[in-house]
Amino acid sequence: MTNPNGRFGIHGGQYIPETLMNAVIELEEAYNSYKNDPEFNRELTELFNEYAGRPSRLYYAEKMTKDLGGAKIYLKREDLNHTGAHKINNVLGQALLAKKMGKTRLIAETGAGQHGVATATAAALMGMECVVFMGEEDTVRQALNVYRMRLLGAEVVPVKTGTATLKDAVSEALREWTSRISDTHYCLGSVMGPHPFPVIVRDFQAVISREIKEQLLAKEGRLPDAVVACVGGGSNAMGSFYHFIGNKEVKLIGCEAAGRGVDTFETAATIATGRLGIFHGMKSYFCQDKDGQIAPVYSISAGLDYPGVGPEHAHLHDIGRAEYVPVTDEEAVCAFEYLARTEGIIAAIESSHAVAHVMKIAPAMEKDKIIVITISGRGDKDCAAIARYRGEDIHE
Amino acid sequence: MSNIKKAFENGKAFLAFLTCGDPDLETTAAAVRAAVENGADLIELGIPFSDPTAEGPVIQGANLRALRGGVTTDRIFAFVKELRRDVKVPMVFMTYANVVFSYGAKRFISTCKEIGIDGLILPDLPFEEKEEFQPICRQYGIDLISLIAPTSENRIAQIAKEAEGFLYLVSSLGVTGARSEIKTDLTSIVKAVRQNTDIPCAIGFGISTPEQAKKMADLSDGAIVGSAIVRLLETYGKDAPPHIGEYVKSMKDAMR
Repeated sequence: MTNPNGRFGIHGGQYIPETLMNAVIELEEAYNSYKNDPEFNRELTELFNEYAGRPSRLYYAEKMTKDLGGAKIYLKREDLNHTGAHKINNVLGQALLAKKMGKTRLIAETGAGQHGVATATAAALMGMECVVFMGEEDTVRQALNVYRMRLLGAEVVPVKTGTATLKDAVSEALREWTSRISDTHYCLGSVMGPHPFPVIVRDFQAVISREIKEQLLAKEGRLPDAVVACVGGGSNAMGSFYHFIGNKEVKLIGCEAAGRGVDTFETAATIATGRLGIFHGMKSYFCQDKDGQIAPVYSISAGLDYPGVGPEHAHLHDIGRAEYVPVTDEEAVCAFEYLARTEGIIAAIESSHAVAHVMKIAPAMEKDKIIVITISGRGDKDCAAIARYRGEDIHE
Repeated sequence: MSNIKKAFENGKAFLAFLTCGDPDLETTAAAVRAAVENGADLIELGIPFSDPTAEGPVIQGANLRALRGGVTTDRIFAFVKELRRDVKVPMVFMTYANVVFSYGAKRFISTCKEIGIDGLILPDLPFEEKEEFQPICRQYGIDLISLIAPTSENRIAQIAKEAEGFLYLVSSLGVTGARSEIKTDLTSIVKAVRQNTDIPCAIGFGISTPEQAKKMADLSDGAIVGSAIVRLLETYGKDAPPHIGEYVKSMKDAMR
């Protein structure tokens, strides 16, 4: 048997260099000792509520519901959190854990910049050093977030290797962690990588589904019929799904970035186009060629532009508990514009992938059905890119 | 019994690493022959991977050049089969888990046996995950090489006890690439290794000068050099083989 540690069915594991093994073992031990510690949880809850602004709203999107003419639509407003995305949930948890472990330095990868900004924020708050690795191409696409991270006191390292996007930022952060372990915690931003990261990140993000459950029970007296979220590595989706996994009547739908379409090479839809592999510490599905070389993926969304998917999602797909659907750039951009005009909410282009799928399925559903969409982040960061997509050149 | 032990029968061993297909397979063949003629005791052949997370910039560059040049796993297998006609020293593949997994572990490892490869080094396959490939490696008599790092500490005993072929001692934290100084307390690591196994151990990562090679070989059974050789390929391209021969000779001479 391969390591049963952190397996989700056949997925997961710890496929990392020997140099990092004691670091992940130490992390797992620390996490296991703190996760049920009342004092740790008191501090984390206080950070969530007083600093990040939790609980986030569950908002009834009445105009969108009426316009689509089918299921009742609620939006889980993670975009209203401090720093503008769900990423802060995981980061506050990991930073607090790292601090308890005696670490003084956080390193992180980032795609769109949201996780990097969240990590830089937590580091500033807790008085820790912070270095963020970001694909050079993404530093151009998301220049504003680079400035925010620097303003928060973090060093941003542009990664020039490979495709100069999210996967290369993860590789470079792993390399950096290998060279400096004793004072450094790798604050991984999604439900991916070697065990225990997929478990830790899921647990810190699970606050999303816990709140959806409570809030919807209070508003509607029942569970939703479907929960829909976008999936890159899959942290906001995993957090949105987690407390519903045991409620079989709740459909769980993850929306992958299809880029220019799943029948093109310019896609990042891992479950639709990838196959089983081993990369970045985990066994899961990856976009790759026949020799196992990782494919250069593409999406308009820098946050979903990753060639793999978290191992627990791969497992939920295998057992049929969650459904994963591809959504193209064009569909996501239309949804981005639609939500802005219909509800006055500018959602992140990542989250707009989930909105786009709901625009397809809601009209055909009965009016007494309920869908919850997780709006994982706010879309201010995307305005320049969307304008460019529409042929308008604006300067920030 | 493993063929790899032959590499350690002529005094301290010099283990040379190159990436297959950097810049093309003809140059790799000439470089391997030059290294062997000048005293290399074992050849580590890198199969390029798109995202080599354990490598520093020099070997990352080699991986990219090789992939751009169009090498594939099948072309490398054919190349090694040809090379084996006259190259008699032990040869091992060094690549990443996904290259083996994606090819099909059984198909990959049985082909290794067929073409005369003696072992397999996978830097992203730690002790906890080696069952992924080890049963098949055993079936075909391919040694799955284990690595020990400066951070291994309490893990050394279990890794050493089950090690095959030779033990790869990682000299320093971080990725591959030349270092001006190696600070790890390798003496105590080697001591812990010796208490648990009789198989040879060689030190790699960061070794580039003859002085370092001698120092590392004095501490263990041999020195592994990758980035310094790859650097010659980066600098001289197709004209690198004689430079590699000369370099290997200087390293091997220092270790005698």
